[in-house]
Amino acid sequence: MAHIDSNHYIPMWLLAELTYACPLQCPYCSNPLQLPASRKDELSTEEWIRVMRQARKLGAVQLGFSGGEPLVRRDLGELIAAADEMGFYCNLITSAIGLNADKITQFKQAGIKHIQISFQGSDRETNARFGGSDSFDHKMAMTREVIRQDIPLGLNFVLHRHNIHQVTDFLNLAEELGAEFVELANTQYYAWALHNRDQLLPSAAQLQEAEAATNRFRQRHQGNMRALFVAPDYYESRPKKCSNGWGTTFITVTPEGDVLPCQSARVIEALEFPNVREGSLEDIWRHADLFQRFRGTDWMQEPCASCPEKEIDLGGCRCQAYLLTGDAYATDPVCELSPQHDRVSSAIESAQSQAGTEQEAVPLMFRNTANARKLAATQN
Amino acid sequence: MTDQSADPFRLNPDYRLQYEEAQECHVLLYPEGLVKLSETAAEILKRCGEPITGAELIAGLQQDYPEADSLPDDVREFLQVARQQDWIVAVEV
Repeated sequence: MAHIDSNHYIPMWLLAELTYACPLQCPYCSNPLQLPASRKDELSTEEWIRVMRQARKLGAVQLGFSGGEPLVRRDLGELIAAADEMGFYCNLITSAIGLNADKITQFKQAGIKHIQISFQGSDRETNARFGGSDSFDHKMAMTREVIRQDIPLGLNFVLHRHNIHQVTDFLNLAEELGAEFVELANTQYYAWALHNRDQLLPSAAQLQEAEAATNRFRQRHQGNMRALFVAPDYYESRPKKCSNGWGTTFITVTPEGDVLPCQSARVIEALEFPNVREGSLEDIWRHADLFQRFRGTDWMQEPCASCPEKEIDLGGCRCQAYLLTGDAYATDPVCELSPQHDRVSSAIESAQSQAGTEQEAVPLMFRNTANARKLAATQN
Repeated sequence: MTDQSADPFRLNPDYRLQYEEAQECHVLLYPEGLVKLSETAAEILKRCGEPITGAELIAGLQQDYPEADSLPDDVREFLQVARQQDWIVAVEV
């Protein structure tokens, strides 16, 4: 393999997954199927501050506090203050469960610049059904409070076939609340979402209607609120580029200190994952095999290697290639040119064959420790 | 196009402008995004920390860069983009 000059890349974004603990049980969660039995191995406050400082030194400027639910960490305010002081632009990515007006004030004083609140449905019942917690009224109250305290707010609505028809309701709700930015994020199929794919994947018709509804909303309301619609890539003809290119822009640190090029990379079981307890972030980013392996295009095999579009999508998502074909070097099967594109079309067919009935044949597997244990038992 | 050079504006208070050693340039940070700035853009935005009018901004820059002929037009053009992108926001007087 040709030598890749890793000095060229700067991880502009650090995603700090502070904990996998979460009061919600969303069946499309991107956290690993294997959840830790306890929180005792999570990075300490001091370790996180050291990691953030090392990331700043590498040039990271955007910081997302995520999880799990980051509010579970009692030191969140302290971490925000430390990060802001170092020059990070701090974003909080939360379900709002555990948030209250005092904490919002505390985080604002600490230097939080942006808060993103996720909704699991546009009404109380849907939100409770998919989040596994009766949290709708609280989310509404906290959304209003964030706006009242004048902190830029984004709303995130995760779409799947049981709530995708609510797009217009959700956009109206977001506008009424006064959000600046709304992300209509279709579930992408990794981790828990992949396990529940037959029960979650929308039809092409549902997807078209949701996108059309978003466009109708944009035409009706040319206000300040921006709405982003993210389609599930199973319905695309070309794959999505991995996080702007594997090991080029994003760096994720997991609750226990593993360093990843994206949130999902742990699904590639064949790889070894460096940890901040064993080496500096700089050394990991520049030299770890995990990061070097899929940088650039030299690692590619056919049909990617000779494809004129290879620089555009870089062969697509390595995690998806691995999950759908068992080979992390394969062309992302979302691509029509992939010899294994049928893996995607048959997934769509399989999901459609199970859709439409009141009681679907297989129930959704919600993300909680009991189900994680059950899955671990069947997989070993 | 109306001349807005009398209306005061300032850098969006929710955004963060800073020099980055690793990037060797100024960056402007905003919710879930960032832009790397050219030296000229950074020089303009650095002067917008406090409310300022277009006329004041241009006068100040002309003083410091007397050799730049097309400066007023370039600055006005940049400010238009900066307004569209919410990098700068109007200040109520």
